[in-house]
Amino acid sequence: MTALELRHVSKIFGDGAAEVHALRDVSLAVEPGALVAVMGPSGSGKSTMLTIAGSLEEATSGEVFVAGQSLSEMSRNERARLRRRSIGYVFQNFNLLAGLTAAENVALPLELDGVSVRVARTAAMQALDDLGMAGRAARFPDELSGGERQRVAIARAVVGDRRLLLADEPSGALDSVNAEAVMRLVRTACQGGVAGVVVTHDAQLASWADRVVFLRDGRVSDQTSPLAGPESLLAPGHRQ
Amino acid sequence: MSVPHALLALLSEGPKYGLQLREEFEERTGEVWPLNVGQVYTTLQRLERDGLVEANGAGEDSQQKVFRITGAGEAELANWLRTPPDLASPPRDELVIKVLVSLRVPGTDVTEVIQAHRRYLVELMQQWTRIKESGAPDDIGLALAVDAELFRLDSVIRWLDSAEARIRRHPVTQGKRGAPLPKLRRTTGARR
Repeated sequence: MTALELRHVSKIFGDGAAEVHALRDVSLAVEPGALVAVMGPSGSGKSTMLTIAGSLEEATSGEVFVAGQSLSEMSRNERARLRRRSIGYVFQNFNLLAGLTAAENVALPLELDGVSVRVARTAAMQALDDLGMAGRAARFPDELSGGERQRVAIARAVVGDRRLLLADEPSGALDSVNAEAVMRLVRTACQGGVAGVVVTHDAQLASWADRVVFLRDGRVSDQTSPLAGPESLLAPGHRQ
Repeated sequence: MSVPHALLALLSEGPKYGLQLREEFEERTGEVWPLNVGQVYTTLQRLERDGLVEANGAGEDSQQKVFRITGAGEAELANWLRTPPDLASPPRDELVIKVLVSLRVPGTDVTEVIQAHRRYLVELMQQWTRIKESGAPDDIGLALAVDAELFRLDSVIRWLDSAEARIRRHPVTQGKRGAPLPKLRRTTGARR
């Protein structure tokens, strides 16, 4: 079963003369364990695609399936539950709550989903520990560095039983070494079976993906071929 | 890649056998630059001739020889490390030429030409990233060598992105007869 599938999704904002076609007939399928990057210039529709995939916004036409379930056939409550339980989001500016510690931020989606505080905190500590952040669990966001805040955001996105990780420019303004660390964490989550979609204009981030899809004017204009093995680069004949 | 200077660098740590030099070279560069044995020995002979290394050990068999860096070799190495490579004169870039030419060919969608190159570059970057990902965490040589490739390829993609944005902002009358190709006259660092 695909973890995420967009079928002929279109999105129009506004109407009449002010109509903007953000997405036009976009189809995309992401298998569990796969990491897909969506690249495109500003205004290409890539962030819209992510918010629709994450059920934060509705498509004008077309269908979105998460773990085989059609979003349009779900009630508002069911969709809210899906967002809390199965989908993790990572945003450019981290979006951590300033009044909560790192551990409380990570535990929050589970607690909102009705999991007991004790169980949620244990899961949060585990997720932070996996990202080397156990020692910073009691810190507030403003006591953490940019790289640490992003780790907390990733822990929050993968805590519990998430199937889908959606990230919009997840390295934000981090330097390239910290950005790489973020992508390594995303890859690790995917190797654990999570399906990941990373939206970015940065080719270095996108190069961590198994597949790169190019968006242009709201359409999928192209995508990369399946990866060749590294041998093709290291063969002596390749060097120029 | 300057093999002579890489070998001098390895010898700056202490005397070594030729074969050992080759193994260490590949280790340090994360096996990104493979080197054959012949290359190592011919380079060592040249370094010896120029007085930058000296060989100990008898016989004709260079496998049995131990090489050591000389004072002149150390000076040459220090000088090379601090001498910037020639980046002033731009290389004649085939990709740039293709994009410029595509502006003139009737019926050619320049953005499609740009995308074909962008896709290829991203695929190359994916392969390099996999190599980095599969390397040992403490293999700094590999990470540095791969990063150099990634940054280089990334800069080409950024040029393609900006070229596409520029063309969209100022659509060119494509294939217009007599439209001149832009003149690329070098004004700085010129070296014809």
